[in-house]
Amino acid sequence: MHNAWLRFAAVSESGRGLRGRTAVAGVGETTYYKRGQSTDPEFVLVVKAILAACEDAGINPREIDGFCSYSNDRNTPARLANALGLEELRYSNMQWGGGGGGAAAVVQNAASAVHAGSANVVVAYRGLAQGQFGRFGQGGRRPAVRGEFAYTLPYGVMSPAQMYAMRTTRLMWEHGIDRSAMRAVALAAYHHAQNNPRAVMYGRPLDAETYDSSRWITEPFRLYDCCLENDGGAAMIVTSAERAADLSDTPVLVLAAQQSGGHRSGAWVHNPTDYATSSFKLGAQHLYEQAGVTPDDVDVVQSYENFTGAVVMSLIEHGLCTYENANEVLTFENLRADGGSIPLNTSGGNLAECYMHGLGMQIEAVRQVRGDSTNQVPNVNVSLSNAGPMVEIASTAIYGTAEVLG
Amino acid sequence: MSSLAEGTYLPEGLTQPAPMRDGMDAPYWEGTREHELRVQRCADCGTHQWGPDWVCHACQSLNVEWVTVEPTARIYSWQRVHHPVHPALADHGPYIVVLVELPHADNLRMIGNLLGDPMQDIVIGSDVEAVFEDHDNGSPPYTLVHWQVAGS
Ligand SMILES: [Zn+2]
Repeated sequence: MHNAWLRFAAVSESGRGLRGRTAVAGVGETTYYKRGQSTDPEFVLVVKAILAACEDAGINPREIDGFCSYSNDRNTPARLANALGLEELRYSNMQWGGGGGGAAAVVQNAASAVHAGSANVVVAYRGLAQGQFGRFGQGGRRPAVRGEFAYTLPYGVMSPAQMYAMRTTRLMWEHGIDRSAMRAVALAAYHHAQNNPRAVMYGRPLDAETYDSSRWITEPFRLYDCCLENDGGAAMIVTSAERAADLSDTPVLVLAAQQSGGHRSGAWVHNPTDYATSSFKLGAQHLYEQAGVTPDDVDVVQSYENFTGAVVMSLIEHGLCTYENANEVLTFENLRADGGSIPLNTSGGNLAECYMHGLGMQIEAVRQVRGDSTNQVPNVNVSLSNAGPMVEIASTAIYGTAEVLG
Repeated sequence: MSSLAEGTYLPEGLTQPAPMRDGMDAPYWEGTREHELRVQRCADCGTHQWGPDWVCHACQSLNVEWVTVEPTARIYSWQRVHHPVHPALADHGPYIVVLVELPHADNLRMIGNLLGDPMQDIVIGSDVEAVFEDHDNGSPPYTLVHWQVAGS
């Protein structure tokens, strides 16, 4: 038996696993804006998202007693607790690391806190106003740079697309992955956004010809392979499964949530031992073991698109297709919510709904379990959403109905 | 083995590198000024290491040395950048970035630009040679390490 499985079994028997112990009782987001167009300050965006999530959950915001965020979110728990008038703040947590790798890790951290009894109602949140605080998609403007970036910026490697393009090139070369698989990811996202009024790309469909003729950002990424840059706020309310069952007849359980990094995945200057990876190879094993489900059980997938090539890696590493069949399986028809075998990024995701640093894709995964997505997949019991492929620590959560627990 | 006659590969005005304030990677940058390629090697277990760190990742020894290695490599991956994200590159046009691996140094990887025609075909696995590009007017002065296809 696999060593990792033995370790998990021991943990599970001692009652420490997350499976079904906590739930997402409510979700909320602000209006999603194009980068720089938010009329609200970033802090107000976060407050609005939290209040919306509380209303969605049917709880008083003063019940919140914990906060989790990621990627050095500027809106601190202390300031939020002040603004929300909390009597007591029992738990706060920042997931280290840049990028969106923390978007499912915040659910793990919030659920862990609730399950441990550290807090009862924990908010996982993210706020972004790139117009107010600088863009992700632009390079460093400092006169001199030290440390890791000294080995990349002077060679013109400074934007996220430039930092991650070479992993995708290597994936395509090692495994014969076609551009058609990347195109299908983009087309599915835009297809779904046309039914989602929240989506920044609502009313702006994309066809294959437009994708194929779009300009290069950096080979192998064309314009539509790259995520958007947006302003907005998003929040999720994590509480115990028991409390969630009081609030809703159909609570959305956290079946598993897992961070994932591999050997030297944070090694400088593109030196992880395994290079052409989304960083999910190890974490996905723990994830499924924790949830007690297999890839075949997954009904719908939100797979974080920083870049389409990373989605291909992520789907493979989550066992949803293989290196060998990825070119055949990853087609627009198969990725559609309306009839596809692997419904993917059903809100439009980071490409076409909003780049809310991935938290919007966790929210969409919850909506699929509740049955109120704008691109609802029928009879969803198991809903997977990953975050931050290719970054040094990525993460994935699986949400589901009580039916899955048996 | 020089591109200096035609100036620098990328235009002046990009962010320049500087050694870390704690001195950790100073030997690398000093080496480039002397047109030598230096990397870390563990004095205890012999493992080459890149990026630099105070600790050997293979055996956790703190006895990590700097060695000069042959400045040759092979292309591991690449990208051709078309969309500039820095004002200094606004009118420059496409440029090539390569990730190379050093087979004679435990396949550690380095990033540089690939000299020559920016629209050239790039073949993973090609042998490349280092080209040192001096920036004597930097503050402090520095030298970048680019690559060109062997024998070109
Ligand atoms: Zn060693």
